[in-house]
Amino acid sequence: MRILIIEDDRDAAAYLVKAFRESGHLVDHAADGVSGYDLAHEGGYDVAIVDRMLPKMDGLALIGALRAQKNETPVLILSALGQVDDRVKGLRAGGDDYLAKPYAFSELLARVEALARRRPSGAPEETQYRLGDLVLDRLSHRVTRAGEEIILQPREFRLLEYLMQNAGKVVTRTMLLEHVWDYHFDPQTNVIDVHVSRLRAKIDRDFDAPMLHTVRGAGYMIRDGAR
Amino acid sequence: MTALAKLFRATAFKLALAILGLSAIGAGIVLGVVAWQVVKLVDEETTQTIEAEASGLAEQYGQGGIRRLGAVIENRSRQAGASIYLLTDSAGEALAGNIAQMPAGVLDQVGIVNTPYETADGLSRNRRALARVFALPGGFHLLVGHDLADRARIGAVMVRALATSLIFFAGLAALGALFVARRVLRRIDAMNRSARMIMAGDLSRRLPVSGSGDELDRLAIGLNEMLARIADLMAGLREVSDNIAHDLRTPLTRLRNHVEEALRLDADKAAYRAALERTIEESDSLIRIFDALLMIARAEAGADSGAFTSFDVGEVVAGVAELYEPVAEEKGFKLTLDVAPAPGFSGSRELIGQAVANLIDNALKYGGSALEAGANEIVVAARREGVNVVIQVADHGPGVAEAERQRVLGRFVRLEGARSRPGSGLGLSLAAAVAHMHGGSAALADNSPGLKVSLILPMRPLTPVSPIAVSPALAAP
Repeated sequence: MRILIIEDDRDAAAYLVKAFRESGHLVDHAADGVSGYDLAHEGGYDVAIVDRMLPKMDGLALIGALRAQKNETPVLILSALGQVDDRVKGLRAGGDDYLAKPYAFSELLARVEALARRRPSGAPEETQYRLGDLVLDRLSHRVTRAGEEIILQPREFRLLEYLMQNAGKVVTRTMLLEHVWDYHFDPQTNVIDVHVSRLRAKIDRDFDAPMLHTVRGAGYMIRDGAR
Repeated sequence: MTALAKLFRATAFKLALAILGLSAIGAGIVLGVVAWQVVKLVDEETTQTIEAEASGLAEQYGQGGIRRLGAVIENRSRQAGASIYLLTDSAGEALAGNIAQMPAGVLDQVGIVNTPYETADGLSRNRRALARVFALPGGFHLLVGHDLADRARIGAVMVRALATSLIFFAGLAALGALFVARRVLRRIDAMNRSARMIMAGDLSRRLPVSGSGDELDRLAIGLNEMLARIADLMAGLREVSDNIAHDLRTPLTRLRNHVEEALRLDADKAAYRAALERTIEESDSLIRIFDALLMIARAEAGADSGAFTSFDVGEVVAGVAELYEPVAEEKGFKLTLDVAPAPGFSGSRELIGQAVANLIDNALKYGGSALEAGANEIVVAARREGVNVVIQVADHGPGVAEAERQRVLGRFVRLEGARSRPGSGLGLSLAAAVAHMHGGSAALADNSPGLKVSLILPMRPLTPVSPIAVSPALAAP
């Protein structure tokens, strides 16, 4: 996966470049808004990570310019401005995701990988997710494992749907809160964990190979345990 | 700047000068029109006199010819205060009359003329007269005229009247300007002095208000309200920085101690790893405290209502309650929902959600009853009450003593017995700040037993920023 990092702080950029390379990605780095725009404009990146406060061209202006050029590279905004309205402003400017500094790298990595795998706009949506013997039908809202129907609450269904959409990838607790509950606030306690363990009880308990895994220090991942 | 220079530069003074100029022009126009009318009247009367004399002379001429006319003119010329007369022959030689000098060619203009002349006796020079010239048979010309001294006198009177009134006006305007300018200047100077003191750091000072309710008072009241708001915000800011200084130091010290301890020990890799993981955990909790403080400060500073959206509060409350329901069950609580829909609420969905989450989280942490098993019920309610929507989270825990209820809404306030449990003491103050930002309030009450926290929010906050009381002087139409 090719990632473009536009970040003016040298230490932060070096850390990001190193960390993403260690995770097996190709990384380019630009230290200011203008050179970052030029690189992004050339295209070919799966995701761009953009700092908001950049020299020469502001991060939001950069995203606006890219979108005006019909460049649809997914953009994650990384910013020290982390309040709710900052986030709204960033997403309105054309960003696809927003992460406040300081962040956990595992969170950033999970979000970048989720962004890169978003289907291009216009492609037909899949109506059924299939993972090993687990099948989720988005139209009939039915879930079966090994042919047995599993009864889920609507929220549990959304949770499983999001996890399966990102099957094989780490999904963090905040990503779940944002995508399944549509909240961006700090829930204080381990609310997500309890929801996930309820879901896990329904889809994994009666089967030999567990699918829903906890990734320590990062979040959750659903994968085909049989393989 | 000297006092005089300041006076001359004052708007009131300039205004007075302008009024003086305008009234002078007005007086000039009035006097001019009157003078013109009077002169016209005098001219008409003079013409009538001339006509009357001419008809008398014509009678004499008809009876005795040119000779008789000459004699009559000579006779009349000698009378005191006489009109002016001149009779000339065809060669232009004077035959009779009292005029010594007259510009050439006047006698050729038949009809009414206005001409300078000199009398034969030499008493009056450089005079002007209104005259009528008649052409008589045989090339004779007769001029009958009347002196214009009266008219000139009237003109002089008018000019004097204008000058006098102008001096009068100027004096009056100058006095008025001085009075107004000094009065206004004195008050402006007082305001300026207050402004400088405020700038110098005395933030509690306010601009003087005279109580007359005039425009300067209204300005001062408006500015004072603005100053009060700024002082509030400054106090909030100072409180936040104080909090950061005091309450972030403790966890920071703890974090530093742990790292130092790990360094001091000659530990193995696993122990170092554990120390680092613990460091990350502690820095995460620091970040959370920091974020919460920032959010409170922003909410208290007032919201950008442009970021407000319209949504159903009931739905948000039910959604958040549903999010916490499994946790509650795990902790042995029964979470009961009593939520009526309240669509059309204008506000920040995220912040309302966060506030409700904090209230439920608080109830889960501190609302457990140690005495009665099965009494661990938390009721989450939302309902419309008139123009407001009321969000309520009630538990059956130990509750909060009445004296402590207001204090517990403050930042970092943790009651005895709560200190041993995790938490930062920011949950309730954030909820209160969110209510305040939406133009509402937070209230704590007894749930007998337990605690009932209510957020009372207007459906549509008119002023999302803390409403400033409008003074009666401003509110009056």
